[in-house]
Amino acid sequence: MAAQPLEIILGRQFGDSLGMPVFLVDPMGNLLFYNEPAEGILGLRFGETGSMKVEEWATVFKPTDIDGKPLPPEGLPLVQTLATQKPAHGSFYINNLKGERVFITVTAFPIVGRPDRYLGAMAMFWKSPLV
Amino acid sequence: MKITVWGCRGSLPSPDPENFKYGGNTSCVQVMHGDTCIILDAGSGIQRLGKYLNPEIREIHILLSHLHIDHTMGLGFFLPLYNPNVAVHLYGPSATVEPLLHRLRRYFSAPLFPVRLNDLPRHPLIHELDDSTFEIGNVKIQSAFISHPGPTLGYRLTAGNSVLAYMPDHELQMGSSNFPNEPDWTSGYEIAKDADLLFHDGEYTADEYLTKIGWGHSSMEDAIAFGKLCRVKKLSLFHHDPMNSDKRLEKMYQDCTRNLSLDFEVELCCEGNAYEL
Repeated sequence: MAAQPLEIILGRQFGDSLGMPVFLVDPMGNLLFYNEPAEGILGLRFGETGSMKVEEWATVFKPTDIDGKPLPPEGLPLVQTLATQKPAHGSFYINNLKGERVFITVTAFPIVGRPDRYLGAMAMFWKSPLV
Repeated sequence: MKITVWGCRGSLPSPDPENFKYGGNTSCVQVMHGDTCIILDAGSGIQRLGKYLNPEIREIHILLSHLHIDHTMGLGFFLPLYNPNVAVHLYGPSATVEPLLHRLRRYFSAPLFPVRLNDLPRHPLIHELDDSTFEIGNVKIQSAFISHPGPTLGYRLTAGNSVLAYMPDHELQMGSSNFPNEPDWTSGYEIAKDADLLFHDGEYTADEYLTKIGWGHSSMEDAIAFGKLCRVKKLSLFHHDPMNSDKRLEKMYQDCTRNLSLDFEVELCCEGNAYEL
């Protein structure tokens, strides 16, 4: 793995110190890091998976909408942020790797370094009440 | 590269008699490579450098790590800026909103300084940098943002097979969530890796650092751990606290190196030190 820019290093450190789930990706969508609270929701330890390509993390959790219809990767807030470099927000179901179906809400935002360098994106997400 | 240290004190010039050995001038390091003259930072040490600079030099490149006052306070007293026959290039970190030129003008204006940039006989050429790579003469320069309050760059200078790395103000613990274990996730690694000589912030003891987290500086212990992580050949501890006398600096150095077995050289940087890489 190439050395990371400062903003991504600080993003990981920020995520690592939070009590809410955080997911961090590079500009290509490669998963760089998720924190312990995210591990609890996803049912998977980061140390076991390491980096994942966007095609992998966007499908491995089998996201579905409220009606149970499969969500394509472009329907996920973080993938939208990667495409548009703008914040995105949404709620959907995932099947975590412990076999549980979890309803989550995600807010994703781009990471833009000084003066105008697009460096990746971060998503914060949380378990929502079932609808 | 011929390297001369004209100032390695941090924060505030401290020309006290008890600081005689390590010096009281703030950050300024001169790098000569053939006719190419590069100056790292314009702390108070640059005033004396300007006095002794070879008068035949017609082009000077000043690389500012950041714009905190101890790294810029000597600019207005740098004689070549008042010589119309010398072209001075000023490089510094980009910010989000305000151009580097405007930020430099804050210093060259009332109430801080009587001479405005526009009053100089030859306006310096301004170059904004971020994570950049470029060349000055035959020296390859790599800059990268590093962990310190406000936009701050570390510099890596490569000439042939020789590498000099310069990070006078750098808070390692804030720039890594797992220091010192993951080089690719450590601020400044790309700048310092495998350097022949690294000038690095080592202002505090480990205990002092605990009361100054977030101020942008590192302990000597962390600087040494970083030098090891980066496999540097020589680490010169830089940015001495203005409150620390020669005696106190040497005590700090002895305390933190006493039980270490290192395969690289570690020293306290002294004003006046000269190196050839």
